[in-house]
Amino acid sequence: MSSAAKQLQSLAGIAGEANTSTDPQTLGAYAIDGRLPGVLVRPSSAEEIAEILRCCAADKLAVIPTAGATKLRIGAPPARYDVALVTTRLDKIPAYDPGDLTVSAEAGARLSDLLALLTEKRQMLPLAPPFLNQASVGGTVASGVDSALRHRYGTVRDFLLGIEFVTGDAIRAKSGGRVVKNVAGYDLHKLFIGSLGTLGVITRVNFKTFPVPEASGGFLASFANESGALELLRRIRHSPLRVTTLDVLNPALAALFASRTPSTAPDAPLPGSWLCGSSWAVAASFDGSDAALRRTTSELEGMAGEAGANATTLLAEDARPSLWVRIREWIPLLLDASPAATIVRVSALPTQLGEILGAAQLSGDRNELPVAILLRAVGVAYVAFLPGQSDEQTVGRLARAAGEVAEAAAAAKGFSFIAWCPPELKGQVSLWGKERADISLMRKVKQVFDPENVLSPGRYIGGL
Amino acid sequence: MDSTVLRELEGIVGRENVLSSPDELQMYEYDGSVATGRPDCVVFPADKRQVAEIVRLTGRRSVPIVGRGAGTGLSGGALAREGGVQIVFSRMNQILSVDAENRLAVVQPGVVNWELSRAVAHLGLHYAPDPSSQKASTIGGNVSENSGGPHTLAYGVTTNHVLGLELVLPDGETVEIGGSAVDPTGYDLPGLLVGSEGTLALVVEITVKLTPNPELVKTLLAVFETADDATETVVALTVSGITPAACEMIDGWTIAVIEDWIHAGLPTDAGALLLIDVDGLRESAEGEAAAVAEIARRHHAREVRVARDARESETLWKARKNAFGAVGRVAPDYHSQDGVIPRTRLPETLRKIAEIGQKHGFVIGNVFHAGDGNLHPLIGFDRRDPSQLAHALAAADEIIAWCVEIGGSITGEHGVGMEKDRLMPLLFSPADIELMKRVRGAFNPLGLLNPGKIFPGGKSCGEIHVPASLPAVQQPAAPISDGSPATSPQ
Repeated sequence: MSSAAKQLQSLAGIAGEANTSTDPQTLGAYAIDGRLPGVLVRPSSAEEIAEILRCCAADKLAVIPTAGATKLRIGAPPARYDVALVTTRLDKIPAYDPGDLTVSAEAGARLSDLLALLTEKRQMLPLAPPFLNQASVGGTVASGVDSALRHRYGTVRDFLLGIEFVTGDAIRAKSGGRVVKNVAGYDLHKLFIGSLGTLGVITRVNFKTFPVPEASGGFLASFANESGALELLRRIRHSPLRVTTLDVLNPALAALFASRTPSTAPDAPLPGSWLCGSSWAVAASFDGSDAALRRTTSELEGMAGEAGANATTLLAEDARPSLWVRIREWIPLLLDASPAATIVRVSALPTQLGEILGAAQLSGDRNELPVAILLRAVGVAYVAFLPGQSDEQTVGRLARAAGEVAEAAAAAKGFSFIAWCPPELKGQVSLWGKERADISLMRKVKQVFDPENVLSPGRYIGGL
Repeated sequence: MDSTVLRELEGIVGRENVLSSPDELQMYEYDGSVATGRPDCVVFPADKRQVAEIVRLTGRRSVPIVGRGAGTGLSGGALAREGGVQIVFSRMNQILSVDAENRLAVVQPGVVNWELSRAVAHLGLHYAPDPSSQKASTIGGNVSENSGGPHTLAYGVTTNHVLGLELVLPDGETVEIGGSAVDPTGYDLPGLLVGSEGTLALVVEITVKLTPNPELVKTLLAVFETADDATETVVALTVSGITPAACEMIDGWTIAVIEDWIHAGLPTDAGALLLIDVDGLRESAEGEAAAVAEIARRHHAREVRVARDARESETLWKARKNAFGAVGRVAPDYHSQDGVIPRTRLPETLRKIAEIGQKHGFVIGNVFHAGDGNLHPLIGFDRRDPSQLAHALAAADEIIAWCVEIGGSITGEHGVGMEKDRLMPLLFSPADIELMKRVRGAFNPLGLLNPGKIFPGGKSCGEIHVPASLPAVQQPAAPISDGSPATSPQ
């Protein structure tokens, strides 16, 4: 019997024949950078996952956990890829305590299903990641993607209460708990955020939930150049206002938003007057009582005027989702427009964002690549280079451009990560920018959770 | 302790910065908990270079080391359970830089929490985590324990405010983790290190976020006849959609004890009170204050006072933050617990605590972070009476067991330390604990850094004295003494 057939047999013995496959078409959905797994398995429980990992660790088979398969493009190509471990059958929401504002979901549950359940109780999770409708709860944690809501609520690390997981050597363990305050034991769950499946297979996730605000508002201001937009951000920062989201779109991104609809969300046309391709746009949402909304609106208008805005728009409630959904689904929207889109996440101190923007534009010009930029006021600039094709010469230019942005980030004492790019680029540049001094500690962490190096090998920083 | 080690330590930090006589060591044997652990010597390094040298020396000599800030901890985290060298960070108390525009500061571990907020007040900023010990406790200690405080309800605990750390690893190497910008690449090592109770590395520099002061803070005092009405108010508030900046509860017994000392004008005949801050934009805070008052009245608050100005608000908060100290005046010793429960279970849990107290012959005071379900039952006792100590610890264990039973935790902000290590199995499976120990082993392979903490089964010289069997309850119930005011460690 071939080794693939043997693997299939042992995995089928654990998860059932109907839940394993070697059919190339089925496997195709789980390809990573053009590479197919040898076999796919869909376990139904944490016990089965542990058994699968025990088998795989014994045979040193590389396992890559996934569910919605929407963020498999993030990270380096796997060094090995034997088993796609698909957690979609772990889709229950075993505990929701609206009175305590906590919820516990299995890793394979769809994020949109979880959010719908919370909505019934007028609660929510401040998660609006790209591919929302296909994404799983566990994948959202493991991929470490952020969303506009981080401005007010922080990132997953600020409201993740605990997780259950299975390590590479098949230990079923947990970290944290289900209550909103807890310092018992090490916060191992924080390590899993954005770890791209290299430390364990997440099986269950506990979150703090939040009440849905009573009323909300939306605001757009447009500027002839980025300095006006950044000046408005600075003014808002120094004001007593507490906005919920605060993002800047460069003219190229504004033009794409005005002309395209994300394929990953229901069609919602953007009002024609909101965005134009010749201006920088600052988009803010805010919530609270009517009195707070009135004050916020008028002060935002005042500050935008002082910062030199050439137009401001109060976003009508019924049309607002059309903009928010574009800001949420901007990655699939860009990937549709330019399949070889190369998106660099740069984080830097807010006062350094101007320099990063400058470097990004310059790098786009120099390498003849259109640049779309989405900037979050907390100090993150997503720089997207959008080539028209993906031939070898173009990939070379993308590599140079991405490298230049990474250098600008390092010079500003910030961080950079090439989050999305064509597979051909991945061999040419370091996705994680400058090497970190603490990489040896990260290696030790990996060694603890995955001593046989079977979990998503090679997918993470430093070849982990 | 080996005199050559002492001489070498003196060579690093200077003779005046090493303590080793039994008299001098005595005060370092204690923290704010009931645990004890005596170091063989105490050193006071001046900078991170000296820390690294000390760590290399103790590593060579296989001597245990433990970091200590102000010694206000409530779980024995900074005590030298297995002797060795205690590294006290009180001389490393400099605020190294403040970046007002980007709202961050870089501090040494010995900076007192409150001093940082004071130093940036003129910029309209503060450091958000506010443990009740904040006027004494250090940011290094707060980082080790992942300290909370009343206002962490809305603003998050220490880990939510730490961006980067500089560490001295047990081999004496220095390394920076995290950074000053958000989203550092790679695993979230600061997330692991904060709250690791000094068992993975020594923290020698900390980059923290600073938080803008809100435009308006409204402090409300809601007075209730019964604890049930107060807890039901908290349950209703939680689901109402209002997130107060802080929501603290003080029960009747504790109100009287505090008022007797602080004279804040608290109603000593009340059954319970809630101390609530709402803040933010003027319009929001005013609206929320009205809504909170309405919810409290709906739950039979006999009075809802709104502090007229910052001074009145400060007085009320002073009363709250000195609660532990106040209890220290009426009982020679007290044991404070730190369980967490789902907030929906508050009413029955307070009744359960009273029941457990009665069974063991104590009145148990409750002054706690009601808004996030983080209990602090306070058991006053006299440790000279072994029976009282045994009952105090037994009562505390029963309360914690109840918290876990209803889905909570054994500690919300004080840490496990050497006080709750034996309770870890209530919460974690052997596999969970084994994995955590592996993490400790990866950072601290020889186990010289803060040994005997967090995990059950560590051998120990320092002790919490738990008798094998429980003596019969002795009356009178609550031990009362006229002891002089104790300093407030919490």
